[in-house]
Amino acid sequence: MVFPPPRTHPPEDGGAPRHVWRRGRWTVLSLPLIGFLLIPLVALLVRTSPAALGENLGQPEVTQAIVLSLKTSLLATLATVLLGTPVALLMARRQFRFRRALDTLIDLPMVLPPAVAGVALLMAFGRGGLIGSVLADWGLQVTFTPVAVVMAQAFVAAPLYVRSAIIGFSGIEPELEDAALLDGASTWQVVRYVTLPLARSALIGGAVLTWARALGEFGATIIFAGNLPGRTQTMPLAIYIGFELDLGMALTLSAILMGISFVALILIRYFLL
Amino acid sequence: MLPDRSATASTRRTPLFLLAIGALLLFMECGGQEAARRPVTLTVFAAASLTDAFGAIEQDFEAQHPHVDVVLNLAGSQHLAQQLRLGAPADVFASANPAQMTVAVESGRIAPEAPEPFVQNRLVLITPPSNPGRVEGLRDLARPDVRIVLADAAVPAGRYARQMLEAASQDSTFTSTFGQEVLSNVVSFEQNVRVVLTKVVLGEADAGIVYATDPHGDAADAVRVLDVPEPLNVAATYPIAPVRDSAHPDVAAAFVHFVRSASGRARLTDYGFSPTANPPS
Repeated sequence: MVFPPPRTHPPEDGGAPRHVWRRGRWTVLSLPLIGFLLIPLVALLVRTSPAALGENLGQPEVTQAIVLSLKTSLLATLATVLLGTPVALLMARRQFRFRRALDTLIDLPMVLPPAVAGVALLMAFGRGGLIGSVLADWGLQVTFTPVAVVMAQAFVAAPLYVRSAIIGFSGIEPELEDAALLDGASTWQVVRYVTLPLARSALIGGAVLTWARALGEFGATIIFAGNLPGRTQTMPLAIYIGFELDLGMALTLSAILMGISFVALILIRYFLL
Repeated sequence: MLPDRSATASTRRTPLFLLAIGALLLFMECGGQEAARRPVTLTVFAAASLTDAFGAIEQDFEAQHPHVDVVLNLAGSQHLAQQLRLGAPADVFASANPAQMTVAVESGRIAPEAPEPFVQNRLVLITPPSNPGRVEGLRDLARPDVRIVLADAAVPAGRYARQMLEAASQDSTFTSTFGQEVLSNVVSFEQNVRVVLTKVVLGEADAGIVYATDPHGDAADAVRVLDVPEPLNVAATYPIAPVRDSAHPDVAAAFVHFVRSASGRARLTDYGFSPTANPPS
């Protein structure tokens, strides 16, 4: 998400007097949440020694989980952007009969517990599922494959991109697109050279959120894709298993996952937007 | 002025004082007489494979002890042992293997001499009724196209399954690479043995290795059960123990005793377990 810069009232516009927004009071009231978010992250880093980090990084299960997580979450994001952008354009530009229903459908995966998403995906794409049984007749099985991991991630994370993209497209003045059309641009040219560039920061912001959510996906993945090192065991799954087998490995992966997410958010915020 | 004031203060204080004494007496009486009948919640950490049997034992025990509400926390034993290690409040722990009980003992939550074996189990091979992988016995698990689901190595059922595969690899009627070939066919290592059962019931996997007691009730009709020959099969021994820092040590001890009593053993037998030889002392 991209936040607008803080809005300050010029003295002459008769807005609220600035002293209401003096820093002290709101700083004090902000501290509990800031501390609540920050302290567990610090505690995680404190418990992970650099030596143990290096040692655990050498384990094949750890590197496999990192590589698999990066691959699947990037694929899930790519698929979401390709398939989600038309949906967002449809929602932002057209009035149609089932618009409200579609709107709710897009939000639903965000409200559902991921475990429900996992069971639902299994019922649809499992070998005995609605679509899965047809695929099985052709000798295709999705469950227990990296494809299932990507599907679980995309199912849970796609709404974040689509929602952000709808807001981005809705914020564009229709006159700008109309002007381009009047000047003889084709629909594709308008989308490519006017709509997409103007919604750029909303699209990138949404994609980053989707990617981060996909990277952290656990519940739907473990139910729908299973747990096999190197094939479907992503970082969150390895952390969960490691928590019971090898706490050091779980701590290392947690620290790495946190580091990757943090660096990615910083890079996006400072270089792309 | 001054004496007057203190007089009102003391008259005000007297009824409060009496009330406090009265409340204290009432409280002491409760503590002395009613302790046994005050509602007690007993938290029992039990291996996932005990789900059905302990569900029945819970009802029997609650019928005998109406003031006790038994709450079962069912999960892979390795998960329960970690929860205990990290301080989760509990009264009784029933593990599917001695190794995870040892984890709980080493964390200090269970007295070293407390664990007693109470039941035994063995492994079976299960497939979906349609048998998509054409699995007719243990040997077929090594065929390259079979999709197998096992419990994770951290889970007792997963560890027993590996022991069984190892025993088969050393058996002269199997090849020495049998265990490795089976493990390379595994498509998922699950968090507890019940998930293995579910994935086979759903037909996602061609075969799974679970306890003989797992395909019970509805699940019994939803899978095909294949016996594993005796010399290769393992005797899974389940230990049970009260948790040292239980808030209700007497009730916890009563529950453990009940599980090991004749009626508890009868229930476990109903669900396919074989009770261990030694009756409670």
